[in-house]
Amino acid sequence: MANTIAAAHEHEATASHGHDDHHVSLPQHRHHFETQEQQREAGSFGMWLFLLTEIMFFGGMFFAYLLYRNWYYDAFVTSSNQLSVPLGAVNTVILISSGFFMALAVWAAEVRKKKQLVRYLILTTIFGLAFLGVKTVEYKEKWEKHHIPGASFDVHEFINPAIDAKTGKAEQRPLAPDMAQKTQVFFFLYFAMTGMHALHMIIGLGLLGWLIYRAQRGDFTDGYVAPIENFGLYWHFVDIVWLFLFPLLYLINRHPLQ
Amino acid sequence: MSAATISSNTILSLPDQRTASMPKRHYINNEDGMLSWLLTGDHKRIAMLYLFSITFFFFIGGAFAGLIRLELLTPQPDLVASDTYNKFFTMHGIIMIFLFLVPSVPATLGNFLIPIMIGAKDLAFPKINLLSWYLYLIGGTFTLAALVLGGVDTGWTFTTPLSTHYLNTHVITAATAIFVAGFASIFTGLNFIVTIHRMRAPGMTWFRLPLFVWSNYAASILMVLGTPVLAIAIVLVALERLIGIGVFDPTKGGDPLLFQHLFWFYSHPAVYIMILPGMGVISEVISTFSRKRVFGYSAVAFSSVAIAVFGFFVWAHHMFIMGVSNYSALVFSLLTMLVAVPSAIKIFNWAFTLQKGSITFETPMIYAFGFMGLFTIGGLTGVFLGALGMDIHLTETYFIVAHFHYVMVGGMLMAFLAGIHFWWPKMTGRMYSEPLSKLSAVISFIGFNLTFMPQFILGYLGMPRRYHAYPAEFQVLNVLSTAGATVLGVGFTLPLLYLAWSLKYGEIAGNNPWQATGLEWQIQSPPLTENFTEVPVIDYEAYDYERLERKHANEVTTVG
Amino acid sequence: MHISPVMWQFLTKWLANSALFPREASTVAPWADALYFFLVGMTVVGLVLVGILVIGFSIRYRKSVHPVATQIEGSTLLEATWTIIPLAIFLVTFVWGALLYFRIYNPPANSMNIYVVGKQWMWKAEHPGGQHEINALHVPIGRPVQLTMISQDVFHSFSIPDFRVKREVIPGRYSTVWFEATDAGTYHIFCTQYCGTKHSGMIGEVTAMTQEDYDKWTQESTSGMSLAQNGERLFASMECTACHNGTATARGPNLAGVYGSKLTLTNGQQVLVTDGYLRDAILNPSQHVTAGFAPIMPTYQGQISEDGLIDLVEYIKSLNSNYRVQQTLGTSQSDLAAPTTPGMVKP
Repeated sequence: MANTIAAAHEHEATASHGHDDHHVSLPQHRHHFETQEQQREAGSFGMWLFLLTEIMFFGGMFFAYLLYRNWYYDAFVTSSNQLSVPLGAVNTVILISSGFFMALAVWAAEVRKKKQLVRYLILTTIFGLAFLGVKTVEYKEKWEKHHIPGASFDVHEFINPAIDAKTGKAEQRPLAPDMAQKTQVFFFLYFAMTGMHALHMIIGLGLLGWLIYRAQRGDFTDGYVAPIENFGLYWHFVDIVWLFLFPLLYLINRHPLQ
Repeated sequence: MSAATISSNTILSLPDQRTASMPKRHYINNEDGMLSWLLTGDHKRIAMLYLFSITFFFFIGGAFAGLIRLELLTPQPDLVASDTYNKFFTMHGIIMIFLFLVPSVPATLGNFLIPIMIGAKDLAFPKINLLSWYLYLIGGTFTLAALVLGGVDTGWTFTTPLSTHYLNTHVITAATAIFVAGFASIFTGLNFIVTIHRMRAPGMTWFRLPLFVWSNYAASILMVLGTPVLAIAIVLVALERLIGIGVFDPTKGGDPLLFQHLFWFYSHPAVYIMILPGMGVISEVISTFSRKRVFGYSAVAFSSVAIAVFGFFVWAHHMFIMGVSNYSALVFSLLTMLVAVPSAIKIFNWAFTLQKGSITFETPMIYAFGFMGLFTIGGLTGVFLGALGMDIHLTETYFIVAHFHYVMVGGMLMAFLAGIHFWWPKMTGRMYSEPLSKLSAVISFIGFNLTFMPQFILGYLGMPRRYHAYPAEFQVLNVLSTAGATVLGVGFTLPLLYLAWSLKYGEIAGNNPWQATGLEWQIQSPPLTENFTEVPVIDYEAYDYERLERKHANEVTTVG
Repeated sequence: MHISPVMWQFLTKWLANSALFPREASTVAPWADALYFFLVGMTVVGLVLVGILVIGFSIRYRKSVHPVATQIEGSTLLEATWTIIPLAIFLVTFVWGALLYFRIYNPPANSMNIYVVGKQWMWKAEHPGGQHEINALHVPIGRPVQLTMISQDVFHSFSIPDFRVKREVIPGRYSTVWFEATDAGTYHIFCTQYCGTKHSGMIGEVTAMTQEDYDKWTQESTSGMSLAQNGERLFASMECTACHNGTATARGPNLAGVYGSKLTLTNGQQVLVTDGYLRDAILNPSQHVTAGFAPIMPTYQGQISEDGLIDLVEYIKSLNSNYRVQQTLGTSQSDLAAPTTPGMVKP
């Protein structure tokens, strides 16, 4: 097989490093992509796929939610009424604002405005932190009321609801003891779902810090916007998850006494 | 021309060993030092890292299999205590499924070959590829930690409420291992899908892709969509153990069947994650050694996708006796029957690829024949279990054990070995000993059947799986099975030895020892780090042997 | 070759005691085996077909006799053939399997009921006449026997291979299985769902005996109290009678005749009262409030064992008049048919 050996030698001779530079290339251009366009498309396609796996990940919990909400509707209504709609609504607004600034940040990167990019990223971060702050307040209230599932979970309040001072009536319909136990299932799902969402927020905030640092160096305002765009997709995904969580957890039948 | 090419019994043609030499520069010697491997972004090096790690875990998992068979030699529980035995089969299952079968073909052969087969320099995300290997290692480390700390005895299925409230072993450690290893598999799948969509060389249309790429693509879809559901199920199990909430606990209003649904929503497609890439290997091997394009290319390609799609809608067939409603039992049984059809199509297409070919019987082909026989049995016995009434008697017995070992070991492992033997010369540039490898293929085949055929009979007799002790009348068949396992052990150890030997002393393989058509065979062995010196342009279909012949004829005339 | 006589004896004994095919000891066994043989036949035919193709082509078209391959694209006709024929076979299997499934899981109306409680790592059978057995089950031949099973802890699975029946035993809900033994003898009971340390010790024996032997057995092993009588005591001691006393002013519904009837709940839902419904209503009363009554019943979750629940269910069943009369007449008889539930859907 002389020809194969010859071919092998030929390979060695012509083996050149990297690619022939037909086009102007950025320092961030990875050598294994033929063009920058290909690199950018691959990146965003990968991000979309990743979000798909995230949907499946949350999907498992949404499935559990649907099942138990069907089984224990009364418990779900009563415990849902324990959540603070104003706080949830404020958080929704905060998160949407954060998403809005993220969208502006993507725009700023695309039109190569470094200062604005950094500013919008910081605003995104601030609103993200504000969301987590409000969430902490909500969690703390649950802790004080013993509504965190586990050994110290207390159903007392669901069986004997507080009496409203003005009307002299119970604030909500009391639950039968067996149904009151099922509020624990709701609160578990509440903590699992919002907790998993918050975890995604925290990871996102960490990434934001890194992006801000790099944006300040001017990494993303000379045409290389893929990281900002892809992070934007992730951030919007986290927003959208909340837009499902809010009505599903906070807004179940808010008219318990009618 | 060496003497080998003149022989009419083989297509193996190695360069003249007196003058042949390894290429001066290739991906293995491109950089030196441990760090250059541990921080590499090269898909070929990551494939080799994966190959070493899964081989390591394969032999650990295999050792547990050996211990299980040894215990089952006698009906009495005399070798180890019940708890220890339960830990054995749990570790065997977890290691073999999550640390060997799931990553086996995709993470090694797929990682190595997919970029080359589609004419790319690397996978789309080399860093994520490396991250995937590290996640795999972390998962492996957690598994070993669970093992060293005292083991875990949930069975690989983590059935609740047993796993959540009744066991005192390292369930959370093992759950973490599976969670992390799951993300390794998600990232591999994600990387493959993006690469296959976005990185194909000019002219490499979807229907010019080798079938290996198609089947890995189908498996990747399953990895990306299925694995996260397992991840969340595992997280819920861990949370339930940690803080005692009751999503799966009936005494607190939870539903243990919910766990079964979530678990099998991943774990049934996982079976296809394991077998589909193996089917891809078989397509390549059978075509190469019969010098013929795969019969009905598009049928084979689409059947992979069909398996991936149907594979998502059959999970409840693991729960026929658990009290799913009659209607869902009917629907899932019907879908299970449908998912069997694409596999049947593949088997017949492979068989007819042989027709009017020019067949030779090198090691990969022997393994591929082994695959076809064993997978046919494995697949058809799956139909037993998909049939509702039959499933009642057979499920949870050794029939199940035999069935999935026929598919996973007889099918997947045979395909993996076929692939390793087929691409070994490409990956290392060296050839192993053909007589030895053929011997080990035959030994594995015999040992395998001796091990698992008796288990079908045991299963119909009713011997339950995961039994530490069993009634005396089952002993004869169990002894046969254990004897077979010994033979099988020899069959699997041999390749380790002669392949390792070949790394240093094997004959130099040359670029294309099998005269195969794939793009990977048109470059040097072992390949350069950047795979291609210039971007290949594809204007021909996969498996175009006539084109290869013409090219050779031209070369011979010009050189000669 | 020389084999020592001891070895020879050992070998023959060993082989003689080994089984290759399970006994057919129930009415469904021949039906299950028929499908099994069909499927084995399908597998053999499939394997032989693939074998003939692979080996035949390998011989006919090996390189030495067929040095140049003829390229073939494919053949739609052939591919359609091997799509449609396996599909047809699999669909036949599906229908056959489904028919068998309903045969195995739908008990005849006149089957006698025995309760089985599974727990780590034993089976407890409770006959309506009050006979209790651990890891053993005595049944008459020639009569359909339904098992109503529940687990006290984890998933178990109740399997009698020689009867070809098996069903998961699940915590928190009743599952049922039935069989009609045909041959007197003893058969293995296995737990087939992995359930922890002594999973392989969770075995027992079912003894199928003639009706006369069975009657004798029930008389000899009676505990003097039927399940319903145990239930009646429990009913009183839990003070259920305070509300469920059958008077016009009672705060709870009258339970006489409730078993097998259709109830309308407060949420308008129509439910059929089955064993499982009664159990749920005791544990989670607020989800099962009969129309016209207030949701005042406390939960008994964690206060009554599964055995106690079975006693209560049996007691409530026994309030269906004629069943009760028979029960009180002879506690030794455990083979009385449970009142049938019209149109009851066995899950």
